[in-house]
Amino acid sequence: MTTEPLAARPKKVRNFALLSNRAGGAFLLPAGLLVSVFVIFPFFWVIFVSFTNRTLLGRTALNPEFVGLANYLTLFDPATFFQRGQFGFSLILTTQFVLCSALLGQALLGLVLAWLIQTVPPAVKRMVETFVIGAWILPEVVIGFAWFAFLDRDAGTLNMLLKSVGLPPGDFLLQHPFWVIVVFNTWRGAAFSMMLFNSAFASIPPSYFQAADVAGASSFQKFRDIGLPLIRGHIVTDLILITMWTFNVFTPFLLTNGGPSYRTELVSIYNYRVAFQDFQFGKGAAVGVIMMLINLAFALVYLSIGKKKAAQS
Amino acid sequence: MKKISFPALFSRIAFSGLAAIIGAAFALPLVWFLFAPFNARAELGLALPDPWTLSNFATVFGNGFAMQALWNSLIQAVGGVILVGAAATLAAYALSRSSLPAKGAVTYILLLFSSVVSGTAAMVPIFLIVSAAGLMDTHIAVILTFAGGLLPTAMFILRDFIDGIPKSYEESAMVAGASPVQAFFDVALPVIRPGIVVVVVWAFVNIWGSFLIPFILLRSSQNMPAAVAIYSFYSEAGTPVVTLLAAYSLIYSLPVIGLYLFVSWKFGFRFFGGIKA
Amino acid sequence: MASVEFRNVTKSFGDFKAVADVSFDIANGEFVCLLGPSGCGKTTSLRMMAGLETPSSGQILIGGEEVTHLHPKDRNIAMVFQDYALYPHMNLADNIAYPLKVRGEAVAKRHARAKEVADVLKIGHLMDRLPSQISGGQQQRTSLARALVYPARIYLFDEPLSNLDAKLRLEARGFLNHLQRDMGMTAVYVTHDQAEAMALATRIAVMDQGRIVQFASPIEIYRRPATTFVANFVGNPPMNLIAVEGTQADGQLRLVAEGANIGALPMTDAIGKALAAGSALTLGVRPEHLFIAEAGAANSVTAPLFANENMGPESLVTIDRGEGARVTARIFIDEHLDLGETVTLGFAPEHIHLFDHTGKRIPAAGE
Repeated sequence: MTTEPLAARPKKVRNFALLSNRAGGAFLLPAGLLVSVFVIFPFFWVIFVSFTNRTLLGRTALNPEFVGLANYLTLFDPATFFQRGQFGFSLILTTQFVLCSALLGQALLGLVLAWLIQTVPPAVKRMVETFVIGAWILPEVVIGFAWFAFLDRDAGTLNMLLKSVGLPPGDFLLQHPFWVIVVFNTWRGAAFSMMLFNSAFASIPPSYFQAADVAGASSFQKFRDIGLPLIRGHIVTDLILITMWTFNVFTPFLLTNGGPSYRTELVSIYNYRVAFQDFQFGKGAAVGVIMMLINLAFALVYLSIGKKKAAQS
Repeated sequence: MKKISFPALFSRIAFSGLAAIIGAAFALPLVWFLFAPFNARAELGLALPDPWTLSNFATVFGNGFAMQALWNSLIQAVGGVILVGAAATLAAYALSRSSLPAKGAVTYILLLFSSVVSGTAAMVPIFLIVSAAGLMDTHIAVILTFAGGLLPTAMFILRDFIDGIPKSYEESAMVAGASPVQAFFDVALPVIRPGIVVVVVWAFVNIWGSFLIPFILLRSSQNMPAAVAIYSFYSEAGTPVVTLLAAYSLIYSLPVIGLYLFVSWKFGFRFFGGIKA
Repeated sequence: MASVEFRNVTKSFGDFKAVADVSFDIANGEFVCLLGPSGCGKTTSLRMMAGLETPSSGQILIGGEEVTHLHPKDRNIAMVFQDYALYPHMNLADNIAYPLKVRGEAVAKRHARAKEVADVLKIGHLMDRLPSQISGGQQQRTSLARALVYPARIYLFDEPLSNLDAKLRLEARGFLNHLQRDMGMTAVYVTHDQAEAMALATRIAVMDQGRIVQFASPIEIYRRPATTFVANFVGNPPMNLIAVEGTQADGQLRLVAEGANIGALPMTDAIGKALAAGSALTLGVRPEHLFIAEAGAANSVTAPLFANENMGPESLVTIDRGEGARVTARIFIDEHLDLGETVTLGFAPEHIHLFDHTGKRIPAAGE
């Protein structure tokens, strides 16, 4: 049996690795470029722009001037801080929104749902999962439109239901806009928490629960004494993730446009208005920087918890 | 037949009942969607179609603007997905298999930046960058922006996946005489394929459904994807043409629903959304 | 076929020295086993031969040519991996033929050659199957087939049988033995299973903590283990090691241990030197050299019975001398013994091994 000898020029390697450093660098290049231009550079660029008075039109579009902290001072100006339509109001509103929709809403609802579906018949479980996840995966514009129809004052499904059980209908978008977006966002995002907690519960060995059954524990006791403590790590992870996402969420814009009268103007929507409707890029950049700093705080906490977990295992 | 005590049976029924009620509550806002697209006289109110008809869909297919918007969505999604898939696979392979210094730091920094620079905060500098590059109102700007935003997570998912593939595959290929590039294409890539599928599907769904980026970076109606088109339809002053909108929204949602069913059939839930169970 | 040479090879991972200044020579056609517990450096050494790790210092030569920094693909070697490394997306034919594909051979020719090798290994009828569709034993043979399908200078094996069940392992072991002798291949084989090493190797390199402790033929390792580590590692059950105090009197060596009665041994220079360094020696005697003796017999050790395991052809009789010091004998007659009963195990003086206070073998007279 004869076969040709191997490649004529043998390769010398300093230190063997499956991919040489040169090839590794080349492999990283396309992604590296894209991420540098569209993620890393914008981070520094927006900080820079926030110190200018740049706008889209007019004199300061072509010659933006350096104004130091002026934009930030405007945002935090005590005289206007709490006014509707100003940054402070938006920040407070967003905080309340995150507390209600993410922590109380999505996390709690997701936890309850995940626990419930552990023990229900498969058909019920599938039905619940289908609808909860459906709310999460459908495109946000479709969801916005669906809720728009759902809440319609004259003929929307919700009012129809209320009328049919004898309750008064309402123009919810007009009268209770904040709670509308809280419920809307909870509805939209609960699926993630539910799936996270579901797989966390499912990874607990069934024998733990069976032992509790034998000892006569009720479902609530099993939840409180076994389920909850064993998934504590996942709860923290979930809370941080959905807090971050809810803080940045823009979808309520599709339902309320920040209104009426700025009553649902989350910081993300405020940012959009200042930068892309009023065209004040400098000020918008300042809002963006503040948002990113808040994100940074959350991200650092999340990553440090992840590192701690990795170190423990 | 397993004997079950009355209290246990009662609580079992109560749980199922509670779960079913919550499930139904979640379905409620979407119920309208079951009927409106098939109702030639659809309005915002919930009504059973009489008769059930496909005429709304016919009107949508005849609407040039609507179809153009769908086509734009497709261009942006496919373009973005190809870019993300290719770049993320190569980068993830390098992060997993090469011994570049500071690999761990790169991943950490990537994750940090990608979670910090998101949403509207990122759009201000990106708008300025795109406009400075003269790429305002182009598909390519949207595709590149999407790619940049999705890449860190895609790289993270894929790197994790590749880390789980035994190195002995590529090692045995190289001992047998293959160069690193040969080993990558012959042996590694086919095994990474399922991970790439997951990332591609996830990226597609993200881009297809995304509103903010095209909303800000596109101006002319001929480049708008379906997401922006639908928004402009129902947010404009006056009453929206519900029949068209309902049918159009349904068509627009179909790829997402289809892909979700495909992924959960092939892999089971847990991969969707990039969460590793 | 080619020889393999290590010259002062060291491999460090950070502060950890996996292989510490190892040198050896493997001649053309030898079957060398690298034997040792986990973490002893045997797998790292094998991988350095393959080129999958680069030494921190030292040289590696294959066939007299230095390959220390040569990429695996240019070394012209074959390797069988512990997890078989069968590519899941290729059928057996493609898997086995892969090295030939890399060498640019045409499809028909390489598949024909693959079938040839597969037939020899009795998997020729499975060529269309995927690795997931065949049994563990068949996967192992496929992995072997891929290594045999092209001419290589040396053949490396990384614990190839450890994932097989006992019966298959014996079969595969016999087959490998036959194959190597038949082909005259230079083989380097990593294992932690001493029975495997004894059965397959022409020479065994016993390794511990990154160093080679003894590099000799199986029978040499069995008859004259270089240290207590080697003595304890090779042999099943391992050699019994009894701590003894040695004193010199009248040109004779007297050994004392609790419950043991050991006859005086003639002094030699080697023993004298060892005693001078330390009087805490170790006496070793293999289980197969022990027999049931009368209480108080000349060379014997006495203690309560701990366990009597009837294995079929033999019984393993273990006595407990206290504080976990147990002595096991392989007895070839049926003896009824009661638990706790005092048993005396005797041995012949020519079967005594002596080790100094560091565990190193004290050579017997005439060695």
